[in-house]
Amino acid sequence: MIGLPHFLILAAALFCIGFYCAVVKKNAIAVFMGIELMLNSANINLVAFNRFIAPDKLDGHVFAIFVMVVAAAEVAVGLALIVSIYRHRKSATVDDLNLMKW
Amino acid sequence: MEMAQYGWLIPALPFAAFIMIAFLFRRNRMLSALTALASIAASFLVSQGILVEKIKDPAVFELAVDWLKLSPAGGFRGLDIQMGILIDPLSSVMLFVVTFVAVLVALFSIGYMKGDEGFSRYFAYLSLFAFSMLGLVVSNNFFQMFVFWELVGLSSYLLIGFWFHKPSAADAALKAFVTNRWADFAFMIGIILLFVKFGTFHFGELARMIPLSGEIGLITLIGLLIFVGPVGKSAQFPLHVWLPDAMEGPTPVSAFIHAATMVAAGVYLIARSFILFETSETVMTVIAYVGGFTSIFAASIAIVQRDVKRILAYSTLSQLGYMVMAMGIGSLTAGMFHLTTHAFFKALLFLGAGSVIIAMHHEQDIFRMGGLSKKMPVTTWTFVIGALALAGIFPLAGFWSKDEILLAALHHESYGLFVIGLIVAFMTAFYMFRLIFVAFFGEKRSDHHAHETGWLMTLPLVLLAVFSIFSGLVNSPVFYNMFHRSFSTFVFFETPEHPEFSFAVAGISTAAALGGIWFAWRIYAKRDIPAESIANKYPRTYQLLWNKYYIDKIYNWIFNNIMILIGDLFDWIDHKLIDGFFDGMARLLGFTGRGLRLTTSGALQNYALAMFGAVVVIVILASTPVLGGVLK
Repeated sequence: MIGLPHFLILAAALFCIGFYCAVVKKNAIAVFMGIELMLNSANINLVAFNRFIAPDKLDGHVFAIFVMVVAAAEVAVGLALIVSIYRHRKSATVDDLNLMKW
Repeated sequence: MEMAQYGWLIPALPFAAFIMIAFLFRRNRMLSALTALASIAASFLVSQGILVEKIKDPAVFELAVDWLKLSPAGGFRGLDIQMGILIDPLSSVMLFVVTFVAVLVALFSIGYMKGDEGFSRYFAYLSLFAFSMLGLVVSNNFFQMFVFWELVGLSSYLLIGFWFHKPSAADAALKAFVTNRWADFAFMIGIILLFVKFGTFHFGELARMIPLSGEIGLITLIGLLIFVGPVGKSAQFPLHVWLPDAMEGPTPVSAFIHAATMVAAGVYLIARSFILFETSETVMTVIAYVGGFTSIFAASIAIVQRDVKRILAYSTLSQLGYMVMAMGIGSLTAGMFHLTTHAFFKALLFLGAGSVIIAMHHEQDIFRMGGLSKKMPVTTWTFVIGALALAGIFPLAGFWSKDEILLAALHHESYGLFVIGLIVAFMTAFYMFRLIFVAFFGEKRSDHHAHETGWLMTLPLVLLAVFSIFSGLVNSPVFYNMFHRSFSTFVFFETPEHPEFSFAVAGISTAAALGGIWFAWRIYAKRDIPAESIANKYPRTYQLLWNKYYIDKIYNWIFNNIMILIGDLFDWIDHKLIDGFFDGMARLLGFTGRGLRLTTSGALQNYALAMFGAVVVIVILASTPVLGGVLK
């Protein structure tokens, strides 16, 4: 029988993979993907808690949908920025984005 | 009240002259000299007007402006410092003496300094010196006095080191300045304590408050500290070492320093501080004995010196000791009277020496002169008058003032000081006539072509000779009987005195002086007692005197060993301890900064990692029960 702990462990594993990816990867797109993974692991948690603790309510689902919307908007803006930076500087490596650094 | 209102002009005029010479007339030599002379002469005219007015009506005149005024706030008592003029009999006499000598010195200097490269500079300094001294004399409070006191120190430094290209002159100037700084430091602590205790610097207010305070211990301490000031400026033992060396300056400057300014400032300060000293018996005793000791100490050194200016310098030391001693035994009148008469004849002697030095082309050893009386009659005879006055021969100025002091000692029942006074009178007559017999009479002792100096230099000598003869009479019984007033009814502390005359005292002191002259005559003129035999008979004593009791050597040793050691210690504390501490602080901050800089790498992912770590820590803290978390 699959219960709440399984979902939480899956979400935690996913989060760790996403965090590792976001912190370690040099490529901006990979960092972005890591962030998406972390957001989705959070979504899994929200939905799982909703399902196992208060099944007759929809709060968790609503939250998850909101997170997806925000993430989609973020991806749209973020990818646009990355593409634009890539066009200007011929690089999508985060270490090269030191234009504002003092 | 008419003349005294213009009293502020007396110091202001020489100051204006100083500014004008320094900034405008520096290129024009004659114009500089005339500016200085004219300003000092104008000051002299105002001073003598004031003196005449004060003799008619001795009421005190005071004029002051606020210089620094802070109102009391909280624990702060407020500060009110004035700059002003105080014209009373004491200061009016002093103003007269200072300006009179200054005029003659300025006149003499035109002849003496002729052809010197720093001619204009010399007159600028001379004006500054006159300004400082006159400002000091008119001061109405201790603070102003201290300011001008330091200015006197500065200008004497400039003038003693006037020929600064000579290392000896530069050293002498430095020595004078440093020695005076020691004394001034104590003086400054004294007036600060005085202010802390009484809350005012003003002479008049202090005179009212001091007798009422009753804290004899503190007053004694303050009195002794303030007395250290005159010990430095008036060159009393043990801070006398700078005065003989100050002979490195131009001779008219020596005359000015010795007669009217620098050293007189010290005695004048004692007179002004009588309001304080008089309260404490201890202070008065210390003053009297320091003065008495200095007078006999310096006179004994003067006996063996060979340099004409050094003999006069030690003579000044000894006479200053006399004045200080007179003040110490409570006779302000006698001290001030001797200061006045001494100013005339000592200025005369120094200017006479200057005249001789010019004539001898800067030869100062008396044993290389000789036979000057035929070549330089005016200089010789005025010099002899000065020496007679200094020796205290009736009826010249020195006779009256010296007797006044001896009489005061007798009245005070200080028989020890009386005897010292007599011995000094004997020694004074001896060394002065040793100088005269050796330098002016007898055969030529070296191949020199001395000639009389010009009228610019002889005129001041003659004028001063006249004053040296007659100025003593103002405190004689004869004068008192004729005019019903005299010096002692004019300048006094608390109660006026009548001039007294004791045939016994006068007889003894004249006998001592004549004995000195006779002795000098036997040894140096008639030569039936050869000088060498005495020196050979007491070689130890002779060496001791010739080396000035080794005081300079002792000070040298102290400076070279102890002071340098202390200096090194302070240097170590400063460089190692204090600098080390602050350098350490700076290094610590730098080190911390370098460490912290590693955290702000600018790499976004590092920041993200740090933020995540922080969130993890917060979550753990918030959820663990033992740490006050929410989970039960």
